[in-house]
Amino acid sequence: MILNTRYDGSSFFELLKVDYPYLLPTYEKGFSLPIENAVPVSHGTTILALRYQEGVFIAGDRRAVEGHQISSKTMEKVYKTDDYSAIAIAGAAGPAMDMARLFQTELEHYEKIEGERLTLEGKANRLAQMIRQNLPAAFQGLIVIPIFAGYDLKRKEGRIFKYDVVGGKYEETDYYATGSGGKDARNTMKKLYRKPLGEEEALKIVLEALIDASEEDAGTGGPDIIRDIYPNVKKITEQGIADIPEAPIAEICKAIIEGRRNQ
Amino acid sequence: MVLPYYVSPEQIMQDKAEYARKGIAKGRSLVAMEYRDGIILTAENPSTSLNKIWEIYDRIAFAGVGKYSEFENLRKSGVRYVDTKGYAYSREDVTAKSLANAYSQAIGSVFTQEVKPLEIEILVVEVGETNAENAMYHILFDGSISDRKQFAVIGGQAEEVTRFLRDHYRENSSLADALWLSQKALRVVENKPLSETNLEVAILDRNRPGRKFRRIPPAEIRDLMKSYL
Repeated sequence: MILNTRYDGSSFFELLKVDYPYLLPTYEKGFSLPIENAVPVSHGTTILALRYQEGVFIAGDRRAVEGHQISSKTMEKVYKTDDYSAIAIAGAAGPAMDMARLFQTELEHYEKIEGERLTLEGKANRLAQMIRQNLPAAFQGLIVIPIFAGYDLKRKEGRIFKYDVVGGKYEETDYYATGSGGKDARNTMKKLYRKPLGEEEALKIVLEALIDASEEDAGTGGPDIIRDIYPNVKKITEQGIADIPEAPIAEICKAIIEGRRNQ
Repeated sequence: MVLPYYVSPEQIMQDKAEYARKGIAKGRSLVAMEYRDGIILTAENPSTSLNKIWEIYDRIAFAGVGKYSEFENLRKSGVRYVDTKGYAYSREDVTAKSLANAYSQAIGSVFTQEVKPLEIEILVVEVGETNAENAMYHILFDGSISDRKQFAVIGGQAEEVTRFLRDHYRENSSLADALWLSQKALRVVENKPLSETNLEVAILDRNRPGRKFRRIPPAEIRDLMKSYL
């Protein structure tokens, strides 16, 4: 019978593991990827999150690379996971997108089965467990590094969590960036960050950091004014999650670039 | 060796159906109704935590009457079914039709194979881009399935409520009108006033982005009914 599953808890990930294992990626058995990139795999690049007074911004550039080739100019690296949280992904694009989709379903599934949302802490811990499950793939070179950000409705503040390959979860107080251009973006945010930080100012720092990363790192795409391709930015506040529309992002990016003309 | 008594299959089915009907008759009625922006589901339910109306997927809601543990079980397996399907294919591939058929099969085989039938009646409703594309499926304790338009009623005294709605239902009504009519229909069989304290109301609103399901909180129920009192 279709409706009979052996698993009867509230986790979607566990449900797949028990009843539909063929829907989960299996890198464990007999799978090995030539280390020297004989098989090109797309990689996502710079992602970041930054806290400000009302909440948190989470953003990513749009480039994906396969070795020295640009495989996508318009990749989406920031995903809404529910009304109050989002995940940004860097690393091997395939498994990373799988993980984002699986995590999104996981949160929605829990909410529907239990009738209430997980706390932000609960969501962050669940993601850590899922990254740990990806460990065998990470040993094959398919590393996935996410940033998870959300608004904590109990504490009334935005929060940022970063992860390592083995599923270690660490909370960042103000900002964080990772991916191939992560270090450059972090440096920029370190220099510009101060408290208190309003929304407008925070958005400028986010874009400044992404543009700096694109200037230093070959894997990170800068704003493409000719084709109108700009970084994706989402904000998460007490009112929930919202996309920052392209128009203001384009405007700020152009102003930043213009400011650099004579440097 | 003692031979078991012979009981005709017809008799067995009749007994089971009677048993299930008795169980459901104890429960209160529940109304699903099309209104201007989608579908509204209304139930008399004094409990704030033991719900009868639930979200299943982006456009699909579930409602059950009868034995709580039994329809709650069905609801959860429904969520597992649609989430798996939406993950394996795409969100647009999840339809109320396939879920309702899965329910019908599951409930039907319990009815024929198990000693005790399920004492439940459920509704699976889906909001479409227009009201013409809405779908409402009514599934009985024996797995028999039928689709409804305009409104659907399940529960103990469904016939009386249906009769009332047949006379009073109007197309394209506002949310407040639809809620008022739903509770009026329920009151035909309940001899007590219905207010935000004992009503459970949820809507599938096609104008919402993403997931269309929304519970109407008590304060909003009060506001919606205020102008009619």
